[in-house]
Amino acid sequence: MALRLPERVPGLPVLALVLLLVPLFLGNEFHLDIATQIALIAATVVGLNLLVGYGGQVSLGHAAFFGMGAYASAILTGTYGWTSIPALLCGALLVAVLAWTLGRPILRLKGHYLSMATLGMGIIIAIVINNEGWLTGGPDGLAVEPLTVMGAELSIFDHYSLLGLEVSGALLWYGLAALLLLLAVWIAQNLVDSPIGRALRAVHGSEVAARVVGVDTSHYKLLIFVISAVYASVMGSFYAHYTGFITPQVASFEHSIELITMVVLGGMASTYGVILGAVLLMLLPQLLTDFQDYEMMMFGLILMLTMIFMPKGLLPTLSEAVRRLRPRPASAPASGQE
Amino acid sequence: MFAEFLQYLFSGVTIGATYALVALGFTLVYNASHVINFAQGEFLMIGGMSTVSLLAMGVPLPLAIAMAVALAAVLGVALHKLAIAPARKADVITLIIITIGASIFLRGLAQIIWGKEFHAMPSFSATESVNVLGAVMYTQSLWVLAVAGVLVLLLALFFTRTLMGKAILATSMNPGAARLMGIRTQFVLMLAFMLAAVLGAMAGIMVAPVTLTAYDIGIMLGLKGFVAAAIGGMGSGVGAVVGGLLLGIAEAMTAGYISSDYKDAVAFLLILLILFFMPRGLFGARVAERV
Repeated sequence: MALRLPERVPGLPVLALVLLLVPLFLGNEFHLDIATQIALIAATVVGLNLLVGYGGQVSLGHAAFFGMGAYASAILTGTYGWTSIPALLCGALLVAVLAWTLGRPILRLKGHYLSMATLGMGIIIAIVINNEGWLTGGPDGLAVEPLTVMGAELSIFDHYSLLGLEVSGALLWYGLAALLLLLAVWIAQNLVDSPIGRALRAVHGSEVAARVVGVDTSHYKLLIFVISAVYASVMGSFYAHYTGFITPQVASFEHSIELITMVVLGGMASTYGVILGAVLLMLLPQLLTDFQDYEMMMFGLILMLTMIFMPKGLLPTLSEAVRRLRPRPASAPASGQE
Repeated sequence: MFAEFLQYLFSGVTIGATYALVALGFTLVYNASHVINFAQGEFLMIGGMSTVSLLAMGVPLPLAIAMAVALAAVLGVALHKLAIAPARKADVITLIIITIGASIFLRGLAQIIWGKEFHAMPSFSATESVNVLGAVMYTQSLWVLAVAGVLVLLLALFFTRTLMGKAILATSMNPGAARLMGIRTQFVLMLAFMLAAVLGAMAGIMVAPVTLTAYDIGIMLGLKGFVAAAIGGMGSGVGAVVGGLLLGIAEAMTAGYISSDYKDAVAFLLILLILFFMPRGLFGARVAERV
């Protein structure tokens, strides 16, 4: 439990500072584009971590919720002419209802059975998106309208004047994504510190023991399942508006695996760890493009090696190492050694 | 009308027998180590692809099959030794990610060696198909069924009649007690991974002339085998075979009578229904959670 101490106290301001400084070091629009995508995906993963890391419930189908949010926004704004925010909210509501309905029977399952059920659910949703071409454009994908907020359109190709400064749409989008990530972290941390978070940690520790002391475990599991699904849906909506074009790939099994891998790679139950996981996993293909044909093989290899040698994930393993290196004063109170 | 039904049944049973073999591989590994091996599907791909390559080099079919299976067996052992054994104490989810990493690695390797295109394998028999009551039956289907039948039989004999088979069963029931009885459980685990790889490779080779083969066929075939294992009840050998056949037939009937677009959804719909209404599968044992 001592692990959370260094990350909890200054975490949010540090993250804000990092997000603020990142654009200064980015050479071009391409890098900014990747940074924006990373921030949006990282926010999704922060939500998924609530379910997987804190609640201890595996989901191998989370991309389906991300995809539903993305397609709800794309279809409602494109085909039906809605504005962005109502479309986003409608998508989130749809996902919440679906997650609530499916979550009840699914979350009764445990371990491998739970992973199979979430996997099955995710793949079915992906197949529906792929097949209902009249609505979703099918495998060819769907163009998405730019984000509109209160009548103003935010497009990455435009320039805007903000407080007298000329700002590119791409930079504004980055700012929005960074804000969303901060918001996602802030909400997640408050949830973790709330009675819901405590109940979830109890469920993760031992579900039976939690039930014995009177925690309504199925209620809390369902609640966090819905919350993490809504996280994914909202970020899916923003992602769709940002990229301007989506394919069924966003809802695919492969994408679900990527999301859960970010959680496990970065460090379960560590909010900043999973952000690190998202950053690394999304940068990896960029770094590996030089290897072209070998990209997929290297990716699999790195994934395997990291998980074998750091089964707890990167950040927890690293902070453990740092803690061991730091000499402790002999009179230090023996707290947090549990 | 009946001929049509028979036609769908033939193709369902053929693909179902393949699923059954994959499911048996899952079951073997799951029983021995409680790991769900997401790389299981890749052995089908490796079996099929290396046989195609060996045939192209002029190796006769039986030898090509033997070599491809041997290659898969070596990879199965390597998977256990290099990836699973070092992470023995990891969480379920960490192990899942490791096997997924292994499957991406193998797929990436296959893509480098064989490229991205589909590869065709000729039927094993000169006669491609025969007519049965108005329906076309491919002779390759008979090969698939015969080989699957023989493998299932051999496996059953192995588990009931040999000491090694009983050692695997003992390890799956209680690894600690098995170790105390002098069973080298690490060796047993390795054997389970090897057998699973062999079953997968055989399934991949047999079905390749029917469905073609490519570097990425392992994902879907693996997942379907996984579903078949769950339908039967994770850990049950009979369940894996029945689950595989049921799934194959259900898929073929859906493709024939309802919608071929939703053929792939059948497996995942079935798994949800099974898990919701009979979470232990058709043949799975009821186990209480140890607190």
